[in-house]
Amino acid sequence: MEFCGGHTHAILRYGIRQLVPKTVEMRSGPGCPVCVTATADLDKAIALAHLPDVIITTFGDMIRVPGSYSSLQQAKAEGADVRIVYSTIDAVEIAKASPEKSVIFIGIGFETTAPTIAASILKAQKEKIENFHVLSLNKLTPPVMKVLLDSGEVKLDGIVCPGHVSVIIGSHPYEFIPRDYGVACVISGFEPLDILLCIDKLVEQSEKGEPKVEIAYPRGVKPEGNRKARQLMENVFEIGEANWRGIGIVPQSGLKVRGKYERFDADKAFSVSPKPPREPKGCRCGDIIRGAAMPLECKLFRKVCTPESPVGPCMVSSEGACAAYYQYGATENLQAF
Amino acid sequence: MDDSILLAHGSGGKLSHELVEKKILPFLANPALNKLDDSAIFEASGRLAFTTDSYVVNPIFFPGGDIGKLAVCGTVNDLAMNGARPLYLSLSAIIEEGFLLSELEQIVQSIKKAAEEAEVSIIAGDTKVVNRGQADKLFLTTSGVGIIPPGVDISGANAKAGDKVMLSGTIGDHGIAVMSQREGLRFSMTLESDCAPLNKLVSQMLEVSSRIHCLRDPTRGGLATTLNELARQSKAGIVVEEAEIPVKEEVKAACELLGLDPIYVANEGKLVAIVDPADADKILARMRQNSYGRDAAIIGEVTSEHPRKVVMKTKLGPSRIVDMLSGELLPRIC
Repeated sequence: MEFCGGHTHAILRYGIRQLVPKTVEMRSGPGCPVCVTATADLDKAIALAHLPDVIITTFGDMIRVPGSYSSLQQAKAEGADVRIVYSTIDAVEIAKASPEKSVIFIGIGFETTAPTIAASILKAQKEKIENFHVLSLNKLTPPVMKVLLDSGEVKLDGIVCPGHVSVIIGSHPYEFIPRDYGVACVISGFEPLDILLCIDKLVEQSEKGEPKVEIAYPRGVKPEGNRKARQLMENVFEIGEANWRGIGIVPQSGLKVRGKYERFDADKAFSVSPKPPREPKGCRCGDIIRGAAMPLECKLFRKVCTPESPVGPCMVSSEGACAAYYQYGATENLQAF
Repeated sequence: MDDSILLAHGSGGKLSHELVEKKILPFLANPALNKLDDSAIFEASGRLAFTTDSYVVNPIFFPGGDIGKLAVCGTVNDLAMNGARPLYLSLSAIIEEGFLLSELEQIVQSIKKAAEEAEVSIIAGDTKVVNRGQADKLFLTTSGVGIIPPGVDISGANAKAGDKVMLSGTIGDHGIAVMSQREGLRFSMTLESDCAPLNKLVSQMLEVSSRIHCLRDPTRGGLATTLNELARQSKAGIVVEEAEIPVKEEVKAACELLGLDPIYVANEGKLVAIVDPADADKILARMRQNSYGRDAAIIGEVTSEHPRKVVMKTKLGPSRIVDMLSGELLPRIC
C-alpha cells in the first residue's frame, strides 16, 4: 500500500503498475489530506464560513469538497468570504490586513503541514494578531497505519511510507510495523525511479521474510527527521483524537491546539452546530481511503462522479485516489478504448 | 494629471480624452487610430481570420512580460495558429479605480513593443474605469484581424494518421514564472515567461512547407489539453514520447516540488504543429533557426489507433492516457 496520495498519482502517471509484475498489487491508502477530512468536520467549516464577519482561509482543493448539504465553494457563492491560500502565513497576513474580521484557517494535512500551521499560530501570537484562528483538523500518520493493520481488512505485505511526512518524523515512528505486524516499510520519494526502487526493496524484504524500515529517499529523509519542525508542532499542538473519513474516530491520531494558545483555537472561539452529517449515497470514498476498494470498484466512478462534478473528496483532490485513476488509470487497458 | 486612475478618467469627458491622448495615443499612433473616429477603416482582400481574447492575469507584471505583452501576443498567436498574417488589433481596457498611471504607461509601452515586434497596428480601442473592487487592477481585451495567404489550410481538424507532432520549445515556462510570483513561492530562479509573438515563426514554417496541417498554441491547460483538442477535432489518436518533450530544469524542479505535471502548465510563446511526415525534418530545421523555435522537437505522431485519445509513452517505458486538464492547477498540500 502506498500511504500517500502523491505516490498514487506518481504510480499512475508514470505507468508503474504496468512495469511491476502482476504479483505486486498496489493499493492506495489514506494519505490524502482533503480526503480523510470527515464530513462532520467539513460541515463545521462550512457553518463557520456562514458566521458574520468571518473570513475562511484554506488550501485549494478543500473548497470544492462536497459536505453533507453544501461546500465551501457553495458558501462562497452565497456570499461567505472564503479564500484559498498557498501558505498558512498568507492567512495570518489576511488577518493582519482585516482587523475587523475573524480569520479562520482550516488546518488540514498530516505531519507535513502541521509545523507550518504551528508557525502561523506563533507568528500571530508574536505580532499580537488576535483575530487569527485555526480549526485544527491535522492528523498523524503512524496511528492510522496501526488502525488499518489491526483491522486486517486489507492484507498488506508492505507499505510505501510517505516521503514528505517522513522528512518531518523520520523513520523511527514506523518501527512498530515490521516488529509487530511483520509488514515491510520503505520510505519513498515521488519521482518514478524513487518509487521503483522502493517497490524493489519492499519485494526483497518480503521475499527474504525480513521486514524492516528502510529509507529509499535519502536525499529528503533522515532517520531522526526534522527535530526543529517537530518541536514547533509539539510546542503548539497536543495529541488528541481525530475523526477520519471512512475510518471514524481514532484516538491519539489528531493534533489539537494546546491550552496556552487557545485564543487561536477556532473550536474554542466559535460555536456552531451544523445539522447531523450524512454521506453521499453510493460513494465509496471511505472504503477507498482504507484501501478496501479500488476507485474502479465504485459504481459512481466516471459515471456520476467526475472531477468536474465530484461526489466524494477522492475525486476532488489532486492527491485523491479516484482523481488519479480518473486522470491516468484508463491506460491499463488501452485496447478497451 | 494625478498619479492614479480616477473614475472620471472613464467618464467620457475631459479626463478620458486626456488619458487617451497623453497616455495611449503617443505610443500606439498610426493613421487609422489617430483619426479617433468611431470605427477604424482599413482595406483588406482575400480570406480573413478574426479572433478575440480577454486577459485577466494576476499578477499583471511577471518575469518576462506583463498583461500588455500577453494581450498582444495572445491574439497575434491565435491568428497565426490558422496560418493568418496578423494585421490589425483592437484593444479594450477595463481599469480599476486607483490603478497607478505609471503602471498603465509601462503596460502601454509594452503593448507598443510587442505590436512592433509582431508588425501589427492597434487601430481601435476603448477604456472604461470601474469602482475599486469591481475589477482586479486591469483587464484587457484584444481582437485581431489577419489575412490567410492563398493555399494555406490549417485547422485543428486536419491531422492525419502518420503525421508528425512537433513542439516549438520548452513547456511550462509561463505558468511556473507566473506561479512563482503569485503564490509567493520565492524560488531562487531566473525563469521567465515565454510570452512571445509567433507569427514570424509560423510564416517561416510556411515558407518551407505547404503541408502543415494543424497549429495550436498550448496556453491554458498546457500541452496535454492542446493535444487532446487536436485529437478530438481530427478524430485521430496522438502518441507522444515523454522523453522528447523539452522541459527546462527549473520548471522540472518547481513541478516536482509543487506536485504539478508540466504538460498541464500554461505556455504563451509555444506552438504545437502537426505536419506531413515528409516535411517534418525540413520544418524542424527552419523552426530551430528562429529564436522562438530554438528548442523545437518532434515529440510524437498521429495514429489511427485509439481515435480522439492522446497516449504518452512515459520515460520508464509504459504508456498512459493523457487527459485534458480538469479543474484548476493547484499545488499539492502534503
